Amino acid sequence: MVARVECRAPINTIHLVMEIFSFVKRVPSTTANVEIKDQQLDTSGCEFEINPYDLFAIEEGLRQKEVAGAGNVTSVSFDDDTSQKELRTALAMGADAALLIKNDAAATADAATTAKVLAGAIGERNFDLLLFGKQAVDRGQHGVGPGVATRLGVPCITEVISLSIADGQVTAQRDVEGATETVTASLPCAITCQKGLNEPRLPTLKGIMAAKKKPLESIDVEMPALALTVESTQPPAARPAGRIVNNAAELVDALRNEAKVL
Amino acid sequence: MSSVLVILETRNGELRPACLETVGAARLVADAKGCNVIALATESANIDAAVVGGAGADQLMVTSADSHSADAAAATIARITGETDADVVLLAATVRGRDITPRVAALLDTGFAADCTAVDTSSMVFTRPICGGKAFNNVRVNGPVAVASLRSNFFAPANREHAAEVSEVPSETAKAQVSEIAAQSGGRPDVAEASIVVAGGRGMGSEENWGLLEAVADAIPGSGLGASRAVVDSGWRPHSEQVGQTGKTVSPELYIAAGISGAIQHLAGMRSSKVIVAINKDADAPIFKHATYGIVGDAVEVLPELASELTK
Repeated sequence: MVARVECRAPINTIHLVMEIFSFVKRVPSTTANVEIKDQQLDTSGCEFEINPYDLFAIEEGLRQKEVAGAGNVTSVSFDDDTSQKELRTALAMGADAALLIKNDAAATADAATTAKVLAGAIGERNFDLLLFGKQAVDRGQHGVGPGVATRLGVPCITEVISLSIADGQVTAQRDVEGATETVTASLPCAITCQKGLNEPRLPTLKGIMAAKKKPLESIDVEMPALALTVESTQPPAARPAGRIVNNAAELVDALRNEAKVL
Repeated sequence: MSSVLVILETRNGELRPACLETVGAARLVADAKGCNVIALATESANIDAAVVGGAGADQLMVTSADSHSADAAAATIARITGETDADVVLLAATVRGRDITPRVAALLDTGFAADCTAVDTSSMVFTRPICGGKAFNNVRVNGPVAVASLRSNFFAPANREHAAEVSEVPSETAKAQVSEIAAQSGGRPDVAEASIVVAGGRGMGSEENWGLLEAVADAIPGSGLGASRAVVDSGWRPHSEQVGQTGKTVSPELYIAAGISGAIQHLAGMRSSKVIVAINKDADAPIFKHATYGIVGDAVEVLPELASELTK
């Protein structure tokens, strides 16, 4: 376990402090209807929110800190200054500190590029547990958590629905199609969080007030060459017009003889 | 000479059939490039070289590893990519494929295109959904190797007679270990893999009414069950059945939406289904705008009639 060991008086009290990082991304709300302008995504009219899966990552960090007895939860985002709002929300939920890894072009970064940037920034720090949402609901690449872990050379368990950590050993469960896997690893470790892992808490008024005084560090980073070029963006293919049928018998006939899917 | 590497997905020693579609896509890419398709299984499994060859592979590489670890699989894939001079690596966009794909890209210091629904084999531009299917990006992977995962039901295995030439390759060691893979009860295919999905929403009225939906699914062999977010959030159904932007994205041959109004998050997850049936008592429900066939009526009343008609 690569935990920081703090020695306090009396000298025989050795305290393991779990260093936890929860990664958050600001995304267009899932209830938003996105626009496409000049073959590019236009989110200027969208409401934004913390990626829903990242809320599970924030919550899990707070819970694992409680289980460990001592630790620091740092909420991290790779974005421009806009994401200070989302980081303040993470602080209001209970994170101890926030880190903005800042580049004004961060929104153009694909998952592989983001993983490279985050691994570079986090690799210089002490960490035991890295928590990610299993995907961001905007670009949906499922790639940042396993990408960061691979670049840092630590194990990663994705789409986790149950997590327990004891004595530096991690046991996690994940749903795969039609089965549940149990996976074990040692700290330091990365986890990507799936719905079902926990119920994220809402910030309290006290938490919101406290968040204003918590540290929000900002570091500027260079943007590497993008690993993915978006050439154009298009709406989903239009569906042919459908029709209303009168009853189940007519429907089954249409499915069998017209659409031929039964 | 370069090659196209395609990853075979196995579980508990058996091939997962969905990955044969990816083998078929690899064949199309390799034909456009004029090179071979090499299929790789990263763990020991019972694999028929004629099945993999028939789906499009020229060669089949297997390991004797008994580990299902994703990091070991990624390390083996990255090493074989170098050894075979592959410049395209394709995986199925399953839970496992989505887990391994970014690791392979990181090991090769290259980019990846996730969850692709199309690939232009002449330009190697991949089409992939964003915002849960509300829009699509056409992307080009930068870097020495184009790594991509492909969605199921968008590609097809080649249909040919060919036994792939088999060779054994060494595997890499694991960091995280899979200690158990327990099959879930129910016996139905997972909603993400089923070719026919029968899904229910709030309009089903109650958890107890799910028997009506199951009766329809029972009448259609090979169908899986799906649910809307509202139903999952109410605890009526497990999250593994949730379809939508914060659940699974599906594109079956037939999607039956019973008592689902068609919130934008749900539509995002199922709008690429080939045929959509909507059953809803509200004639103005947004789901009807996307449906191939609609019945305006209470799902609780229509479903028993549908189950009865299907068994006629």
